Amino acid sequence: MVIDVAVIAFAQMPNVRAETVLNEVEMLMPVITDVRAKAGLTQADIGFTCSGSTDYLSGQAFSFVSTLDGVGPWPPIQESHVEMDGAWALYEAWVKLQLGDVDTALVYCYGKTAPGPIHEVLSRQLDPYHVAPLWPDAISLAALQARQMIDAGKATEADFAEVASRSRRSAMNNPNAQLAFDRSVADLLDETPIVDPLRKSDCPPITDGACAVVLASGDRARELRERPAWIRGIDHRIEPMALGLRDLTVSVSTRTAGEKAGMAAAPVDVAELHAPFAPQELILREALGLDDHRNVNPSGGPLAANPVMVAGLTRIGEVAQRIMDGTASRGVAHATSGPCLQQNLVTVLEGEG
Amino acid sequence: MADIQIPAIQIPAILEGKELVRSVRTPARMEYVYTAGMATTRFLTGISQGKILGERAPGGKVYVPSRGADPQLGVPTSEPVDLPHVGTLVSFCVVNVAFYGQGMEIPYTSGLILLDGSDLPLMHLIQECSVDDVRIGMRVEAVWVEDSELAPNLESIRYFRPNGEPDVVVTQPGEGVTW
Amino acid sequence: MPKELVAVVGVGQTKHQATRGDVSMAGLVREAASRALADAEMTWADIDAVVVGKAPDFFEGVMMPELYLADALGATGKPLFRVHTAGSVGGSTAIVAAQLVQAGIHERVLTVAFEKQSESDAMWALSMPIPFQPPLHAGAGGYFAPHIRSYMARSNAPDHIGILVALKDRTNALKNPYAHLQEHEISFDSIKDSMMLWDPIRYAETCPSSDGACAMVLASEAVADRSSKPVAWVKGTAVRSEPTMSADRDPVLPRGGSDCAADVYRQAGITDPRRQVDCVEMYVPFSWFEPMWLENLHFAPRGEGWKYVEDGVTQLDGDLPVNMSGGVLSSNPIGASGMLRFAEAALQVRGMAGDHQVPDARTAVGHAYGGGSQFFAMWVVGADKP
Repeated sequence: MVIDVAVIAFAQMPNVRAETVLNEVEMLMPVITDVRAKAGLTQADIGFTCSGSTDYLSGQAFSFVSTLDGVGPWPPIQESHVEMDGAWALYEAWVKLQLGDVDTALVYCYGKTAPGPIHEVLSRQLDPYHVAPLWPDAISLAALQARQMIDAGKATEADFAEVASRSRRSAMNNPNAQLAFDRSVADLLDETPIVDPLRKSDCPPITDGACAVVLASGDRARELRERPAWIRGIDHRIEPMALGLRDLTVSVSTRTAGEKAGMAAAPVDVAELHAPFAPQELILREALGLDDHRNVNPSGGPLAANPVMVAGLTRIGEVAQRIMDGTASRGVAHATSGPCLQQNLVTVLEGEG
Repeated sequence: MADIQIPAIQIPAILEGKELVRSVRTPARMEYVYTAGMATTRFLTGISQGKILGERAPGGKVYVPSRGADPQLGVPTSEPVDLPHVGTLVSFCVVNVAFYGQGMEIPYTSGLILLDGSDLPLMHLIQECSVDDVRIGMRVEAVWVEDSELAPNLESIRYFRPNGEPDVVVTQPGEGVTW
Repeated sequence: MPKELVAVVGVGQTKHQATRGDVSMAGLVREAASRALADAEMTWADIDAVVVGKAPDFFEGVMMPELYLADALGATGKPLFRVHTAGSVGGSTAIVAAQLVQAGIHERVLTVAFEKQSESDAMWALSMPIPFQPPLHAGAGGYFAPHIRSYMARSNAPDHIGILVALKDRTNALKNPYAHLQEHEISFDSIKDSMMLWDPIRYAETCPSSDGACAMVLASEAVADRSSKPVAWVKGTAVRSEPTMSADRDPVLPRGGSDCAADVYRQAGITDPRRQVDCVEMYVPFSWFEPMWLENLHFAPRGEGWKYVEDGVTQLDGDLPVNMSGGVLSSNPIGASGMLRFAEAALQVRGMAGDHQVPDARTAVGHAYGGGSQFFAMWVVGADKP
């Protein structure tokens, strides 16, 4: 790519089990106000706006239309929306910035996972003829994947508990995390599995959340932020949905996306992986060559807060923030969509110097 | 445009003569709990008290019903404004078709009413006026349900009816065009 | 860095119909995509990325159906993207796809927009009661009808203009074998006598509800130059959005549409749209939107769009043909309709629009809008390389 694009601001709302007082617009507005303030930009300064959300989550057709009012799109703005996690809205904004017509973009996403029965809602993504009528919930599907990992000798339940324990402990340093506590692996293994072999601690919480990022290109990024988090590579790939058509113990699409995004060029200091279920972190580590990496999901990751449609962009924001703060030089952020890691996006970010 | 060969589907011998499944009906039902949000809560609480509350945004525009954001500024609307229950019909249409959710006798008039002091019309029924007499610029007033029936939803206002004041000239927002 | 050039090298669409009971969703999208690939003389393997667009998923009852359709769309191992910008989605999807080529990221992008709204209940999905919102007493058409009435009052247009538009579009559809409505008996009187739905919109002036899909293959200059057929060069793309409820909005002549058009014309070097554009495919779901959009998109002076209709300017053999394909009034698979406008514009400048071809069309405009007249997407395509 020719135009360098960077994250220059990131904001998120504190992740909560359920936001019962504010509606989506009211929930989102402070996040957008915050990210623009951090970027030092007004809406009029912003060249392109892109958001991610899904109607099925909010239970309303065209749900993103009313939240756009919270952005203040007047005079009319250049804007788009994807029915995907905000990470993909960031991808669209990144592409737009490559064209050179605009040099700043606002990306936002929101998800109230609490109002609808999330496991029933997500089952509506599945094959409508053969699978969806069985209403399989996301935990059961993840459990199938976890079982395959155990049967393949790739992981044990203790390995899952290790991810679960570490994630919530890391989250204790994240004021925006929903679940943060220090419980040992042994303690977690004492839990009775809720869907064998998964324990409750292997599963993500139900979360309402919203986050936003501001992107800027080239010199504009340097003007706005002393240490921009440059996007050195970004790529996404998809696999077939049907669980029987893939080896669920590996993530081929994550590996490909990681290669295309330039993971191999240098080691990373930090990795934020969108693994809603503990076993999936192990799969993603392998796909990205991070098997023994010691700084995965310092934010706590999705096991600490999992607002659907938001958790992916949050991973990018968390890595970018650490680069902007100077506590990391190079990082990778991953986002996923679809059952059992069907679709994956990998972003490699770096600070200068 | 070029056309394509669609491969014929091979039916296995064991299924020959059987009726093909052409479609599958899979009813789906999910229950969602919606949050009104603070602005809508304020508005509907006002309705349940027989008031129509708009909200003023910084910069002076009054929105009713408010949904918490001034869409031009992207900031919350702040100041409640107790609006009069009269306004001007800025546009309307006569509905002649039954559709999902509607329970009115057709034809009926659906109108855009700009309440005095507000800057955004709200849509509601126009009644007590034959569909042939409805016109842009007509002055209308809200007709409420009985006090005992007031509830936090817009059905507490049954409809708007002409109030007998002389018609006014309606100006199109944003374009300064006078009709 | 200047943008790369991008061209439409293949177009495909399905036969649009109220219910395509003969195909599943996968079958529907593959029908359009296969035709586009055949037109582009490519195979599934040649495609680098797939961009899908469609409107709310409640129309089909499958959440994010592009995930399920990934293999049907040949997207395994590739980037798959899903755009949703309400009614303008077909257009904005084409624009996102074009940008992938313009940014030099991919060389051959397949873009597909579809709706199989017979699978679920389209009427319900469109007018789903939104909690705590004032109930929409009038249904989808009832939202627009008051704005049409405002236009009529403002411009003093005679009552029959809408009928003329519907007659034109439905007659044009007879020359488009893919169009849903094929009304051989249609006439001015048959439209006039049809039931009034939301005064002033009659039944016969309203778009149908259709199942359908549209697909295009967008390619880089190097690939387009090797095409054995004429290609449509993308000369400009633009999108604009404005708020749902805003005191300064003019829903009759929306500023978003006006700004979008001004931007795309500037990119394409068009200073006099009325003279320099050869034909237009614009999103007209209710007849009266044609005169309104003629003004909004700077073809006609304010208040005079209806005269173009009356004078026959927008007829297929007129000076500025509009909706040669029959438009949204003849086929409306909601998610696809915007892309159909963009694709039909491309077919025109490639000289491949069959019986509804405008002779010597070299510059065409595609337009889509959505929401409460608040989302706009447009492109200009041309026969000549920019």
